[in-house]
Amino acid sequence: MAYQRRRVVNVFAQGVMVGCTVAVLIPLVLIFAYLLFKGVGSLNLAFFTSLPKPVGEAGGGMANAIVGTMILIGLASVVGLPIGVATGVYLAEYGYGRVGWVVRFCADVLNGVPSIVIGIYAYTLIVLPMKGFSAYAGGCGLAVIMLPIVARTTEEMLKLVPNSLREGALALGVPAWRTTLLVVIRTARAGIITGIMLAVARIAGETAPLLFTAFGSQYWHQGLGQPISSLPVQIYTYAISPFDDWHRQAWAGALVLLALIFLTSLSVRVLTRGRVHTAR
Amino acid sequence: MANKLEVHHLDAWFGTNQALRDISLSIQDRAVTAMIGPSGCGKSTLIRCLNRMHEVVPGARASGEVLLDGENVYAPGVDPVQVRAKVGMVFQKPNPFPTMSIFDNVVAGLRLNGERRPRAEMAAIVERSLRQAALWDEVKDSLQASGVSLSGGQQQRLCIARAIAVQPEVILMDEPCSALDPIATTKIEELIHELKGQYTILIVTHSMQQAARVSDYTAFLYLGKLIEFGATDKIFTTPQQKETEDYITGRFG
Repeated sequence: MAYQRRRVVNVFAQGVMVGCTVAVLIPLVLIFAYLLFKGVGSLNLAFFTSLPKPVGEAGGGMANAIVGTMILIGLASVVGLPIGVATGVYLAEYGYGRVGWVVRFCADVLNGVPSIVIGIYAYTLIVLPMKGFSAYAGGCGLAVIMLPIVARTTEEMLKLVPNSLREGALALGVPAWRTTLLVVIRTARAGIITGIMLAVARIAGETAPLLFTAFGSQYWHQGLGQPISSLPVQIYTYAISPFDDWHRQAWAGALVLLALIFLTSLSVRVLTRGRVHTAR
Repeated sequence: MANKLEVHHLDAWFGTNQALRDISLSIQDRAVTAMIGPSGCGKSTLIRCLNRMHEVVPGARASGEVLLDGENVYAPGVDPVQVRAKVGMVFQKPNPFPTMSIFDNVVAGLRLNGERRPRAEMAAIVERSLRQAALWDEVKDSLQASGVSLSGGQQQRLCIARAIAVQPEVILMDEPCSALDPIATTKIEELIHELKGQYTILIVTHSMQQAARVSDYTAFLYLGKLIEFGATDKIFTTPQQKETEDYITGRFG
């Protein structure tokens, strides 16, 4: 009798879980399908190779925005990844005291700071002194968004590395710094890369902090000290415009942006697959 | 016979919790010394103090003297890394490096310290260490396989080979068989017999039978204090202290 009851409850509970999983997946599928539906028609070779055309002229593309987004991600990574990973290593390996607690708390607060506020920070600290919008300012704004994500995921991943491996290396007469670099980080590498990809995916779509830092541009990039175009800002500009042709291009841009994030995540997954070692 | 290690008035703490109280004992060179006692009595802490692994735990500290060949490893200016190169360690749970092959695991102590040697020399070290650890015949054809692909007993012998490869003088074993089945345990015990011709071995064990089988000397610890220390046959046949007798006859612990 009790067994019957348990079976019914089991089926019910599993059903609820499957239902929730489907509910989580539906928005992703819907967004992707709708983007495909709206965007794929405006995609052509010119979209990837040419500059935007002036208002009123049909055609043109977002090549400069695609390149710009990649440059901005690159800039942000150059600044944000080393600091973020190093912070994560500090938190995981040495952050058991009060300082660690404070750093961890600050990272979590920073993670919750709205991205527009981070844009204002970059505007005040970089755009104003430099007297102009620049790729640097955009990159630094994005780097600040990356920092807490990279730091906290790196920390979590390093904490998953069993202490016995650290002790095993230390007991062989290996200094702590070599143990951290060559044993701990290497063991957690796949997880750290996943964290980095999450951060990259997050900043690739950020619009707010770029509006008044990188600003946007209708031209190829003119050097890192100049305003630079990016996909999210370009999509935003086109989407709020009154022109149908721009609306179509905005849909295509959104599709490209999503595909870009999707492909980077996928390729990193594939490249790091098979090197994931489950510690036991 | 010389004393390889001498411990004088060693105290150890975890934070404010004192784990060892005024321990003094001498460890004979090229012999096996076993540490027995109930859980939490400080056996592991004691051997971890000998290669300065105790202080790796946050908040842990130790005071007193540990003389290795007459030199105090706790003297100011002594690099714990150098101490650990001379005093190797094998842990309770086998801990081969999961990112490394069997070959790389054996020479990990050299590679991780940035030593570059010709491939042939590395291969010779690997073969010698694996032979000493009685693992060579089982893995000689799969040296490039992952270290964690081996069985638990093989992994533990791999860890012993890894410890041997850096040519230590003392090997500390912290319950090396507690995660292994009886057959693997027998192999490790035979190995300890082989190794004591060359190394000074200290073994922490929960099994009194194991202590009796493998060791020449036995130390009995209880509540952080060294209760009794002497030749193994004496400790097991004619213990001088009541606590020792109670423990080895199974009245507590």
